[in-house]
Amino acid sequence: MAINVSLSVNGQAVSRDVQPNRLLVDFLREELGLTGTHVGCDTSQCGACTIHLDGLPVKSCTMLVVQADGARITTIEGLAPDGDGGDLHPMQEAFRQNHGLQCGFCTPGMVMAGIGIAQRHGLPSNDVIRAELDGNFCRCTGYHNIVKSIAAGAKAMAMTGAKTVAETGGE
Amino acid sequence: MDIPARLPDPRKREKKMYRFEYHKATSLEDAASKRSTADDATYLAGGMTLIPTLKQRLASHSDLIDLAGIDGLAGISVDGAVVTIGAMTCHAEVAASAALRDAIPALADLAGLIADPAVRNRGTIGGSLANSDPAADYPAAVLGLGATIVTDKREIAADDYFLDLFETALEEGEIITAIKFPVPKRAAYEKFPNPASRYAIVGVFVAETEGGVRVAVTGAGPCAFRVSDMEAALAGNFAPDAVAGITVSADDLNQDLHASAAYRASLVTTMAKRAVAKAAG
Ligand SMILES: Cc1cc2nc3c(=O)[nH]c(=O)nc-3n(C[C@H](O)[C@H](O)[C@H](O)COP(=O)(O)OP(=O)(O)OC[C@H]3O[C@@H](n4cnc5c(N)ncnc54)[C@H](O)[C@@H]3O)c2cc1C
Ligand code: FES
Ligand code: FES
Repeated sequence: MAINVSLSVNGQAVSRDVQPNRLLVDFLREELGLTGTHVGCDTSQCGACTIHLDGLPVKSCTMLVVQADGARITTIEGLAPDGDGGDLHPMQEAFRQNHGLQCGFCTPGMVMAGIGIAQRHGLPSNDVIRAELDGNFCRCTGYHNIVKSIAAGAKAMAMTGAKTVAETGGE
Repeated sequence: MDIPARLPDPRKREKKMYRFEYHKATSLEDAASKRSTADDATYLAGGMTLIPTLKQRLASHSDLIDLAGIDGLAGISVDGAVVTIGAMTCHAEVAASAALRDAIPALADLAGLIADPAVRNRGTIGGSLANSDPAADYPAAVLGLGATIVTDKREIAADDYFLDLFETALEEGEIITAIKFPVPKRAAYEKFPNPASRYAIVGVFVAETEGGVRVAVTGAGPCAFRVSDMEAALAGNFAPDAVAGITVSADDLNQDLHASAAYRASLVTTMAKRAVAKAAG
């Protein structure tokens, strides 16, 4: 039986009828067209689907939409809401500056996880960043520049006091 | 390129999960009654075990009853010599709790070693214990500290709780509400993780408690178990040397592509030594 859910996605109120077995990632990609959130595995291990749920990184491939009823969700699209030409979020800018991506498939998840790392640890060491990236796989970069990017992004966030849409509620 | 018809379309993943109904329980009574009236219902906590299982069609249920909306099931409280952790408390909260870190640092450390940060933001201690995966971390702490599992019906001592592979003393429909951990004199956990999943290939929790020394092992057997020879040796001499010569038999241990039974047996001694050194240190 379809269930009505109301949630906030990137600061916008969304209300839809969904099937109970609808995964959050499929809802975001197929119903809301937010295809920046990727699916890289079937085992909840790769982290390409990482989004923020009420400000905390979670794997959207391992959550039902009905579990997110009433929640505030931020996807990669919500970090720089002005789109092309707008300012990137400091973590996105750090990935750009530090060549933190090659094919880019893992990148949305890496950026969302990276923001979580910065928010938990402030200015994390490289060892902390590597340990915290346990649940995010990259098949291209060898992680070196991803670690560099997250360190740089964390520093930039600390300087600018950057907030995600989830934290500000879209204001 | 067209996707061949015989392969599931990866863009239609929801098709891979069997259909089920979803209910958000408002109280423990509501959850238990919804469960008993449905065909083949199960509880949903963090979903970090249940949803991957449903996605891979390793299980199907007529109804999922979400425990997330029930008041009072999450949170950590320290009351003198006992720490109580609500069943719906997620691993990240356990790892980050300053009060717990003061009382039982080994338990906070263990929670921080489970899976990855995103999984730790959802997965719960109650879900982990109800599931009792042979490679899960919490069972080692629950057994090693001699904790008590509190349900909506009764209290179960850790020694009576873990029965076999994915089998616990929980009865059909019984809900874990909290776990009570006695504060030990000292304790430590050492884990040899699977490098991909981070589940324990072998994990050993060592504690010196009011009731004596306890050594609990996860990952190695069908469910968590204690090693009485090591406990006796440590009671006389709480030092790594005391357990260095003690091995468990490989006969009943797990064997898979990650590790042979003999290797797991050897890891039990190694992890025990390291855990004792850490607890003593
Ligand atoms: C990528 C990945 C890596 C992981 N790595 C580790 C690891 O290294 N170590 C580790 O220990 N675990 C690991 N896990 C498992 C994780 O810790 C799960 O969170 C946990 O095992 C289950 O908790 P849950 O809240 O998600 O339960 P759910 O998946 O919601 O439920 C699991 C089962 O328990 C039942 N249940 C849940 N709560 C209750 C309750 N209160 N009372 C009665 N029954 C209940 C449900 O009906 C269901 O059958 C990993 C998971 C993933 C996806
Ligand atoms: S797609 Fe979610 S963890 Fe891989
Ligand atoms: S950049 Fe290609 S997977 Fe990470």
